Amino acid sequence: SPQVVWSMLGNRQFCSYKMTTKTQNFCRNEYNLTGLCNRSSCPLANSQYATIREEKGRCYLYMKTIERAAFPRRLWERVLLSKNYEKALEEIDENLIYWPRFIRHKCKQRFTKITQYLIRIRKLTLKRQRKLVPLRRKIERRENRREEKALIAAQLDNAIEKELLERLKQDTYGDIYNFPIHAFDKALQQQDAESESESDAEREDEDDEDVDKREFVEAEDSELSDFEDMDKLETSSEEEQEEEVEAEKKGSHSKSKGKTPLKGPARRKRPYIEIEYEEETEPSTKTKAA
Amino acid sequence: PGDGSGSAPGEGTGPPAPERVLFPPTFSVSEIKNKQRRHFMFLRWKQQQRKEKLALKKKRRKEREALGDKAPPKAIPKTIENQRVYDETTVDPNDEEVAFDEATDEFAPYFNRLTVPKILITTSDRPRGRTVRFCEQLATVIPNSHVYYRRGLALKRIIPQCIARDFTDLIVINEDRKIPNGLVLSHLPDGPTAHFRMSSVRLRKEIKRKGKEPTEHVPEVILNNFTTRLGHSIGRMFAALFPHDPQFIGRQVATFHNQRDYIFFRFHRYIFKSEKKVGIQELGPRFTLKLRSLQKGTFDSKFGEYEWIHKRREMDTNRRKFHL
Repeated sequence: SPQVVWSMLGNRQFCSYKMTTKTQNFCRNEYNLTGLCNRSSCPLANSQYATIREEKGRCYLYMKTIERAAFPRRLWERVLLSKNYEKALEEIDENLIYWPRFIRHKCKQRFTKITQYLIRIRKLTLKRQRKLVPLRRKIERRENRREEKALIAAQLDNAIEKELLERLKQDTYGDIYNFPIHAFDKALQQQDAESESESDAEREDEDDEDVDKREFVEAEDSELSDFEDMDKLETSSEEEQEEEVEAEKKGSHSKSKGKTPLKGPARRKRPYIEIEYEEETEPSTKTKAA
Repeated sequence: PGDGSGSAPGEGTGPPAPERVLFPPTFSVSEIKNKQRRHFMFLRWKQQQRKEKLALKKKRRKEREALGDKAPPKAIPKTIENQRVYDETTVDPNDEEVAFDEATDEFAPYFNRLTVPKILITTSDRPRGRTVRFCEQLATVIPNSHVYYRRGLALKRIIPQCIARDFTDLIVINEDRKIPNGLVLSHLPDGPTAHFRMSSVRLRKEIKRKGKEPTEHVPEVILNNFTTRLGHSIGRMFAALFPHDPQFIGRQVATFHNQRDYIFFRFHRYIFKSEKKVGIQELGPRFTLKLRSLQKGTFDSKFGEYEWIHKRREMDTNRRKFHL
């Protein structure tokens, strides 16, 4: 009789479905309605019992009665519940019509929970699922090692510099930079007059400028007739010189913003030399004055 | 081991080793059971090997000098790049078929200057700080690019919207354990999709001796070592990210360097100190990519037609065979 079964399994002796934790006892029996180990929820200790179980998304109502207690094979009777939630609840009610309130209530609760998690499963499978790809340690290590070796073999800085110099040689930059190529140098040494294009704020090659723009101006500047003109001339020449100096300074600043802060003070020496040379335009103003 | 008749093994650690140690011909260091003695004998054996090698080198050098001009030229050392298995799909610069292919593939409108690149950068779900910062830096490096967060949207639904809004490329940075580790680059109007594994990502603050921030100027692009047909298409994909006309005033250059199937990305500012010397300074993030797969259409993991997949068992076995 169920009372005897319970007094044995529940309290005193061993039940293999029972799992004890600090606060509670659980029942691992698959036909258990609530999952706890109680007198009223033990499927072994109750001769009239019912559960809800789901298989492949469909819910079934399992029932056990005293009459079939002698036939273990036919013990649990299974009823398929409809997919409609309300209809299924009605089916549970009509199947368990004269059964104790506790079992009916718990069955309906369990059924509700099961349908809720089935809905959630269906929703999640529609969304994108993250595919977990396991890392293989040996392969990761191998690839990292090969990457390091490839990095060393690549010699990236050299390759980039080489490529940039190639592009400079092939004139992709056009007129922005003006560096004399070797043939140029030789021609200059033989004193060919070649004018090079100026750029906005880019650096100019000072050596070439000195060679090109070197002009020896006669002492006529001091022999001006009008004082006013002389003043204007002096101020204009000063302005031009200042502009040039500033331009040089600007050029050196823009260059030195990057890597070479040292070159800043070193570069300053050049503009000093520039001041001594007169501009080309002065003769024209002179002629106007005259 | 050595030559000639030998001193008895296990001489002991006491007396110093004689000048020329002779080992009996059947003697092997590994047969001594005592670890200390075995170690000692091994060291002696090693010294002897080194001496022999040095003697051989000297002899060879003397022979070279003796021959003088008639000496055979120095042997070129073997490197992996030298020994690389010749890939039959290597592109010949004069190949007409390849030129025709490239004139008619999906990048033709870009290279004919019909389209301006517009790039959408996004991540996988819930990106962590590092990935977010990396995306921002990448957006400063690539002109005309926008970063949008992916809040659980499906890529397949994003793609038609992107096409409608005139985006030309889509970059998705995949993240794992708070670091970015994958990159999907998809050319949008029905273009190829490349999936890379990304490693050694360095953000701007982690780069030593870096310069200031990259400016808004359009950088130049350098593509190094993309030799095979596959490499060519990947190279064109990268080139299509940047606008066609670099602004040389900006003096910035983005480099994609392929070495043994690893693509290194660097972003530098250069300055020509003279005609023979250029200085470069690294700004901007850096990362390495390794191609995993190339698909013909836009991103579609289930039904896409794969042009190339990295098959580990076949392709990783040979250490001298590269595909890019």
